[in-house]
Amino acid sequence: MIVFATRWWRYALAAALLITAVAVVVIARAEIPLSERHSGYDDIGRDTKAMQDDDMINPATLWVLDGETLWNTKAGAAGRACADCHGQAADSMKGVAARYPAYDAARKGPVDLEQRINICRTDHQKAMPFKFESKELLALATYVGRQSRGMQIENSDERLKPFIEAGRKLFTQRQGQINLSCAQCHDDNWGKHLASSLIPQGHPTGYPIYRLEWQSLGSLQRRLRNCMIGMRAEPYGYGAPENVNMEVFLMWRARGLKLETPAVRP
Amino acid sequence: MARALINVPKAAKRGQVIEIKTLISHIMETGFRHDDVGQPIPRDIITDFVCTYNGEQIFRADLYPAVAANPFITFFTVATESGTIAFEWNGDNGFHETESVQIMVE
Repeated sequence: MIVFATRWWRYALAAALLITAVAVVVIARAEIPLSERHSGYDDIGRDTKAMQDDDMINPATLWVLDGETLWNTKAGAAGRACADCHGQAADSMKGVAARYPAYDAARKGPVDLEQRINICRTDHQKAMPFKFESKELLALATYVGRQSRGMQIENSDERLKPFIEAGRKLFTQRQGQINLSCAQCHDDNWGKHLASSLIPQGHPTGYPIYRLEWQSLGSLQRRLRNCMIGMRAEPYGYGAPENVNMEVFLMWRARGLKLETPAVRP
Repeated sequence: MARALINVPKAAKRGQVIEIKTLISHIMETGFRHDDVGQPIPRDIITDFVCTYNGEQIFRADLYPAVAANPFITFFTVATESGTIAFEWNGDNGFHETESVQIMVE
């Protein structure tokens, strides 16, 4: 009788463990399958799509034009413009934004497009770097990004792997006062709503973006800081390695999607 | 780096209805916001927009603080004759911007 009771208890425990395991699998919907990944463009309203589709209506065009001017303006002690080394951006910058952030051998880590522009300024133009989110830096990044519109996002550089993993760790780690992770919204609950706002999959396909809420253009790092403030977590500073690792991971996660820079989002 | 974008067809048939699209770079600061230390941010908006066709006013708009940054104004007119379509924006702090485009009407 005692033996029977012990066995019964064991079966109950095994069943309970099994149910828990199944529950965990159901709650933590894993990474979005590649076939289901889509740009936030597919989720925005008709009016916002129209704004993005027509360069004449897209306010980010104002930054693209400013970026073109800066591209051809001599700067710094070297007295050189971007165009003096890189020539026509339409040729030399085609595809660049689709593979950024890229690995920088000298820095032994990834740098994003804005950082690359500033490295070019300090190293080659001998000029002061632009401030993060300054009109000038956004304008140049948007102009460079625009040259890759419609191209597939890819980052197959093996050296980026550890940084992708570091970014993934941040993405899946719970943080902040409400103890949320990025993945809980953007992997597990995309397509549902937070109040009236649709939760997108969170692919950075069109940065820098013109965000209607910002009434302005902004970088991916600004967007990441925005999300972290929303999670009531301490946002990482502009240019912090954590932010860049997140950018690398998110671009890897969005691989295969088409770049839309400059996109318009609500 | 104030800048405006104008989109008007280069050529049109006489009597044809044409669409005019304008987009201008401006922060449109409402005057109702406060900065990090609680000081009010002064209003800085475009207050009026005028479009003339060969000197004749064909469209006019008064703008208010509720208008979004980088105002996009679009409207229609009838192509009557070849000439110049001119645009003028005026606003706070002496903001003044002009643009003009040529149109061929046949």
